[in-house]
Amino acid sequence: MIKLEKRPQPSQAWTYLTPLLAVVLTMVVGGALFAWLGKDPLVAIKTIFWEPLFSEFAFYYRPQLLVKGAPLVLIAIGLSLGFRAGIWNIGAEGQYIMGAIVGAGVGLAFYPMEAFYIFPLMVIAGAFGGWIWAMIPAFLKVRFGTNEILVSLMLVYVAEQLLASMSLGLLRNPEGMGFPGSRNLRDYASAHNAELITGTGMHWGVVAALIAVIFAYVLLNRHMLGFHIRLTGEAPRAAKFAGVNPSRLILICLGTSGALAGVAGLFEVSGPAGQVSIDFNVGYGFTAIIVAFLGRLHPVGILLAGALMALTYIGGEIAQSKLGLPAAAIQLFQGMLLFFLLTVDVLTNFRIRLAKREVA
Amino acid sequence: MDFSSINPVLLLASLIVAATPLLLAAIGELVVEKAGVLNLGVEGMMITGAICGFAISVNTGSPVLGLVAAALGGAALSLLFALLTQYALANQVASGLALTLFGLGLSALIGQGYQGIKPPSFPRFDIPLLSDIPFIGPVLFTQDFIVYLAFFLTLGVWAMLKYSRAGLILRAVGESHDAAHALGYKVVRIRVIAILFGGACAGMGGAYISLIRVPQWTEGMTAGIGWIALALVVFASWKPWRVLLGACLFGGINVLQLNLQAAGVAIPVEFLAMSPYVITIIVLVIMSADRSGAPASLGKVFHAGN
Repeated sequence: MIKLEKRPQPSQAWTYLTPLLAVVLTMVVGGALFAWLGKDPLVAIKTIFWEPLFSEFAFYYRPQLLVKGAPLVLIAIGLSLGFRAGIWNIGAEGQYIMGAIVGAGVGLAFYPMEAFYIFPLMVIAGAFGGWIWAMIPAFLKVRFGTNEILVSLMLVYVAEQLLASMSLGLLRNPEGMGFPGSRNLRDYASAHNAELITGTGMHWGVVAALIAVIFAYVLLNRHMLGFHIRLTGEAPRAAKFAGVNPSRLILICLGTSGALAGVAGLFEVSGPAGQVSIDFNVGYGFTAIIVAFLGRLHPVGILLAGALMALTYIGGEIAQSKLGLPAAAIQLFQGMLLFFLLTVDVLTNFRIRLAKREVA
Repeated sequence: MDFSSINPVLLLASLIVAATPLLLAAIGELVVEKAGVLNLGVEGMMITGAICGFAISVNTGSPVLGLVAAALGGAALSLLFALLTQYALANQVASGLALTLFGLGLSALIGQGYQGIKPPSFPRFDIPLLSDIPFIGPVLFTQDFIVYLAFFLTLGVWAMLKYSRAGLILRAVGESHDAAHALGYKVVRIRVIAILFGGACAGMGGAYISLIRVPQWTEGMTAGIGWIALALVVFASWKPWRVLLGACLFGGINVLQLNLQAAGVAIPVEFLAMSPYVITIIVLVIMSADRSGAPASLGKVFHAGN
């Protein structure tokens, strides 16, 4: 009979080991899945985790790591603040879309004028777009006590419809011969989020992600607000006695995560994606939830987890073209990772004891 | 614009078709939440049920077997959630999200090669005599049998929760798991059973979409219906009959916006398509004041050693 015994405090060692264990378990079970799909599991795992970094075409894949990792880290950093305080923003995908629409909209409004201040304005507009979209669930939660999980998620579907409407209507390229999608921002120098150093994948979004990591680290470890966030998550009653204002915390956490998701969307739409189109979003907002948990809601952890998840995206694409592994298998792989992480997390807070069945 | 193309009988009949998957998923989730567990994975279980039901129906040619497979598929996925939250004591919100992400990936993987196929059609079941009543007959009594199943499931859940001993125990577990444990009830076992029931219901709801309402398979075809079902439980204040009412309401909104799209109203298609989600938010806001029906232990982790 297996018994769980609560640890007096979470185990330090397991806190660091569980993400690694989860990755290993995912590789094993994922390998079994690939074998079942008729692919050599070892080759598949190697293709996903090794080839992007060390194969002969790595010079092409390595920059992609930054391109794909940056939005994931940016969004996940924002989400982690709320998750720590028990505020569940799961609509980052919607905030990401809104940031892209509003930011790109501001940029396109200036077309074809060239000026140095256009891109900074777009970044601010992108943050604003994400922020305002996240303020809807925040405001409803504070004012009416509405469940922020459901509201933020519903807004993802609303944002997707808005995106379709924008790329078919208001933002459609007037010279696009009727095709859906906006002008390509890559052809508009003042609004283009270009690579800062050619061939590295380094763009402003990567810089922003690194800054966000540092800010979040300082906030959580050195600032009163960060202390309040952690306190609310770990001991809500104590937080109340310490004078934490829950409404303020909800507005700040949801607002920050929305703004970060918004700028992530803007950096994506003005750089790697290039244009506002019906399906420019690829689910970073949802994958970022996995990244946040995999990184243990810790800024540095999120940075590492974002890199790993970006690796599975790139490796997954390689496996798709080389091995014919279906795209859905990678999606499943990522979902599995979160599953295993939550499962092995029990080891952090509990000790597993083999107990003899007691005689009554 | 041409409103005359909207036929009220057809409109109401399709309202019921739109409401049934919502009702199935929501009534299952209601039982789960009454047991004190918040399973946010409804969307994942629905889409898994949708593809399981579809694949089995196509391969065996029997829609009924497909429905059974959908229920089993949904329940199997919910078993993962049960293991995670009841045995590994994981956070229920995070586990539910994981279940949805996992289910979306799994269904997309299974669903490869099933795109563009038409499933065997479900037999319609006309209730004799009643179906001959003008207006009401074609709306209520010439549906497929899952519609009736969903209705009787609602009736059964209501009666079970209100009048039976099992319902009382389930509610006790949801209100105070510590008190229920002290009385000697197996909290974890009861919750696992409730979660499995919820999974089976969500799976059938998903299969209803892929087999009857659409009927074909596309990736991510549940398009948030699982999440609306979750909102529906809050809307209904955890009361079965209000779930039925809510399902009809949301089904009605969806059918109406589709009909308005077809009729070519001056509102852009995208804005009509987002209306069900916006209305869900508005309804949530209105209903969130009343949490009287919410089980007190909802979402809390139970560990007997504490």
